[in-house]
Amino acid sequence: MADFMFLLLAVFTVGCALAMVCLRNSVNAAMCLLLCLAGVAGLMVQLDAFLLAFLLILIYAGAVMALFLFIIMLLDLRVGAPISRKNIGLVSGFFSGALLIAGVASLIVHDRVALPAQSLPAPVGASLKGYADSLFTVYMLPIQVIGFLLLISMLGVIVLSQRTPHSE
Amino acid sequence: MHPTLHAYVALSAILFAIGFFGVLVRRNTLAIFMSLELMLVAATLALVAFSRFNGTEDGNVFVFFILTVAAAEVAVGLAIIVALFRRRQTVQVDQLSALKN
Repeated sequence: MADFMFLLLAVFTVGCALAMVCLRNSVNAAMCLLLCLAGVAGLMVQLDAFLLAFLLILIYAGAVMALFLFIIMLLDLRVGAPISRKNIGLVSGFFSGALLIAGVASLIVHDRVALPAQSLPAPVGASLKGYADSLFTVYMLPIQVIGFLLLISMLGVIVLSQRTPHSE
Repeated sequence: MHPTLHAYVALSAILFAIGFFGVLVRRNTLAIFMSLELMLVAATLALVAFSRFNGTEDGNVFVFFILTVAAAEVAVGLAIIVALFRRRQTVQVDQLSALKN
């Protein structure tokens, strides 16, 4: 059952990702990315990371994709350019993508991906308490730094979106 | 029968490669940016899978930070794209060649 669900979600996710890359229309591409993110969230549910699946839907599918769609509408880019006509771009894209997949495939085939135990360990990511424990003890400093990062990026966006005199 | 770690890692590699292909091939800045997001999500999936199969919490916590950084990155990146559009009236990368020569 879990295997079937994994297969279904994997095919769905990869199909949506391919559609996103190939579609000309920016709005359609954004919608495909949204579906792809929903598929990844389903995979995370399969991996017992319920909170992360929820956050992925909330932050990515909710906030980030809404921002993308807003910008697409604002700039009126509904009919985008076709994918690169230059052969060099297509060829290099295919080659580099194939190389990436081949690298990971060789790791898997030669069994270099470490598997500590054959039996599946207990799902540690399933409980909220575990997240809170590590976020507020071991990862306290990174949390503070991330907070500053968000503040700085907010200031950066405000500065960037101001109308400067020479931008007219 | 639960799917193996290898299946998840292979899937995340495929998603990452598709995103990378999109970054190289698309000419619309927004489409390139969406492909970048796909690459980030693929890396996230690999982290969650490794964390699950190793029975540790750290990968899951790392995904938190990735989500935060991605949100900040999207905000700043889209602001840059809007500023670029205001100035140059285009978001096609082959028309933005001020540094080419």
